[in-house]
Amino acid sequence: MIKEFLLPDLGEGLTESEIVTWHVAVGDIVTLNQVIADVETAKAVVELPSPYAGTVARLHEDAGTVVEVGAPIVSFEVAGGDAGSRTGASGATAQGTAPAVFTPEEPTKRTPNLVGYGAVPEKTGRPARRRWLTDGRAAAPSAAAASMTDSVPAPAPAADPAPAAESAQPQQTAERPRSTPPVRKLARDLGIDLADISGTGPDGLIVRSDVTRAAEENTADIADVLGDAAEPNAGTRLLPPPSANMGSAGGGTPGVREERVPIAGMRKHTAAAMVASAFTAPHVTVFLTVDVTESMELLERLRGQKTFEGIKLTPLTLAAKAVCLALSRHPSLNSRWDEAAREIVQYRYVNLGIAAATPRGLMVPNVKDAQALGLRELAAAVGTLAQTARAGKTTPADLSGGTFSISNVGVFGVDAGTPILNPGEAGILALGAVRRQPWVHEGALAVRRVMTLSLSFDHRLVDGEQGARFLSDVGAVLEEPAMALAMM
Amino acid sequence: MRTDVSLHTPVRPPHDAGATASGPYVQLVRPDGSRTPSSYDHWVSDVDADQLRSLYEDMVVIRRIDTEATALQRQGQLGLWPPLLGQEAAQIGSARTLRASDFVFGSYRENGVAWCRGVDPESLMRVWRGNAAAGWDPFSVNMAPTQVIIGAQALHAAGYGMGVVADGTDDAVITYFGDGATSQGDVNEAMVFAASFHTPVVFFCTNNQWAISEPVGLQAQVPIANRAPGFGIPSVRVDGNDVLAVMAVTREALDRARTGGGPSFIEAVTYRMGPHTTADDPTRYRDAAELEEWRAKDPITRIEALLRNEGLFTDEFAASVAAAADAVAAELRSSCINMPAPPALDIFAHVYAEPNSWLETQRADYERYLALYGAEGDGGTIPAKGAGANGESA
Repeated sequence: MIKEFLLPDLGEGLTESEIVTWHVAVGDIVTLNQVIADVETAKAVVELPSPYAGTVARLHEDAGTVVEVGAPIVSFEVAGGDAGSRTGASGATAQGTAPAVFTPEEPTKRTPNLVGYGAVPEKTGRPARRRWLTDGRAAAPSAAAASMTDSVPAPAPAADPAPAAESAQPQQTAERPRSTPPVRKLARDLGIDLADISGTGPDGLIVRSDVTRAAEENTADIADVLGDAAEPNAGTRLLPPPSANMGSAGGGTPGVREERVPIAGMRKHTAAAMVASAFTAPHVTVFLTVDVTESMELLERLRGQKTFEGIKLTPLTLAAKAVCLALSRHPSLNSRWDEAAREIVQYRYVNLGIAAATPRGLMVPNVKDAQALGLRELAAAVGTLAQTARAGKTTPADLSGGTFSISNVGVFGVDAGTPILNPGEAGILALGAVRRQPWVHEGALAVRRVMTLSLSFDHRLVDGEQGARFLSDVGAVLEEPAMALAMM
Repeated sequence: MRTDVSLHTPVRPPHDAGATASGPYVQLVRPDGSRTPSSYDHWVSDVDADQLRSLYEDMVVIRRIDTEATALQRQGQLGLWPPLLGQEAAQIGSARTLRASDFVFGSYRENGVAWCRGVDPESLMRVWRGNAAAGWDPFSVNMAPTQVIIGAQALHAAGYGMGVVADGTDDAVITYFGDGATSQGDVNEAMVFAASFHTPVVFFCTNNQWAISEPVGLQAQVPIANRAPGFGIPSVRVDGNDVLAVMAVTREALDRARTGGGPSFIEAVTYRMGPHTTADDPTRYRDAAELEEWRAKDPITRIEALLRNEGLFTDEFAASVAAAADAVAAELRSSCINMPAPPALDIFAHVYAEPNSWLETQRADYERYLALYGAEGDGGTIPAKGAGANGESA
């Protein structure tokens, strides 16, 4: 006998779910409670256990499809029992004749109202049309435990006469693109703005696969900005691709001389953060140019060592280590101004932020407890941040809780800048490009590799002296890595 | 008030005290199943081989019930289910120390306790299927119905305890709640009343580390058990995954209650290995490593190791327990999906003990409303899953 499994309400008051993966195929023999699919609701991804022991006769929906609660998703061939049984979703009930006194109305589509999400305002003056079974027990099957023919209602029949014209559902005002919370979270994690993509689900619902597709399209052109070759040679300098909007060569409508782009998404967030930081914390920037030849030689030696095999070593790695050491000596650079509490929060750990330029904008993920990491672990952690950012998988957790940041603008070929503090942090260090330059070395002119460090700090928390001493400590380590021993 | 702030002002460590499982607590059996000597040993000195085996059986059966009920929810047969995976020792160990005349006020997760009180599988499912406001007659098993309001049952226990004092019997009352509930006013008020009236109430806090997605360390800067002495209530912290230790501390508390010693507070340190309910996804807020760490302390693995160490665990025994558990699961499934749906107008039946004209008006209105759909109210059924499962789930 064929038994259908209707998609149940897997949360509390959900109307639909997305089938993420099928774990079975047509023809498979399944046991009771064997996991047959992963299903994503607005609340969770859950495993769906089979309600029957039998053979899979039909999968009604493909993986990736959003299915309404109450729709059949899989049919089983099971031994015994009566034909056409269904189990699963409840809700509207089975056949009956429409009462004459009642003007039939299309059932109002139920809006999900999750526990803790507040009440959904009434949309119509009249409740959803719903019929009740006249007798729940009369035809109760005695033998087949799994049979639910009588008391589990089938989905609402479309037997009613056509609804009156005025009962047509008003178009929902599109305040934001329709999607489920897990999909919205996925989009946020991947840095995708849902407004930029169109959904392929029912009624334009944006589903998981729409977001991942958009993310894949984006990752194709992410610049490799983290920790990479900070030593540009002429000709190999990273140049931005020519803008398609500029000049006559690009696309765009001819004759249009300016374009207006809505302030939204990442740009909006970055702008708000920068304004908040720049107009809250009085910034001071100090510069120091150092001879990093020894650092570069050290990096080359380390690259040859077995323990550092597979680990990406760059000037950023050494700078990160130097910053952690110097912060332990100058804790005011690793603190936060808590205006509300009228307190200064002094961190006893360093969550080291690394600014990353991605096509979607600036992100500053941080390495947690960086002070506790050895050079190798630190290098690996920075490498992981880079990979995660490149894959577009930086999470909100990665982005929060930073205590000090480094911006590696040198990879873009510039020497110095006045970085703006990541909001809430007391200091940010910009690393310039490493250049071969004439330099006085051991009393004589020599060609050395030099780099300029730019440190901005919050003058409420840090005095000029402390900022200067901190920067010269960082410089001392980069100039002579052995100095690190003196600072531990 | 002015506060002097300097760079040397110590910063309070973020949190963790309430979360630590390694602090001092009563343990009689180590995770590897070996016994560790304790001043509580005498409270369980009478637990013989048969009793140990039956403790194991109850824990395995309740876990099987839990698994089956979770599957039934995924299959659309239950509206919601709150799994107790990982908390079997805390529930079975404490419930098995009670006598029939004692009274239990549990939370919605105390299905293992209800099982020990003699609640049958069908009755365990009734509320979660949305078929009834209460799954069982509270006075037939001396356990109040499933409470979904966080911590409210502690007040009921305090009040019932005052009744026991008035009756002058030596019965005891036990109330179960989670770590999150200890932040509720109800639980704190109940402790004030229980202490003031010297009631025979055992406050049993199942610290399963998570109040839905909130780790216990966020709301408890010291171990939760440390709060009770502030109310004048003696407290003890116990390894909640050690069924014998849970029995021992509960027996001590019950003994205090029966002999006029007043209320006690027990913090059973355990772990909710599953989701908060079937509508929750714990992978969104907690680390997989943490789950693995607790899996190594699984309460059933521990009692199995103890039985093995003492030569009491045979393959036949394990097979017979597994068979018994499967039989209960089959009964549970069959009774759940064949459960008759209640008449729609039943929702008016248990609001007030006595007739109420306002409610009668509502009932009549609803009856006329149902008649619009061509069904007779009393003969109609509400859908298999109603709103009954939509309780507070904080």
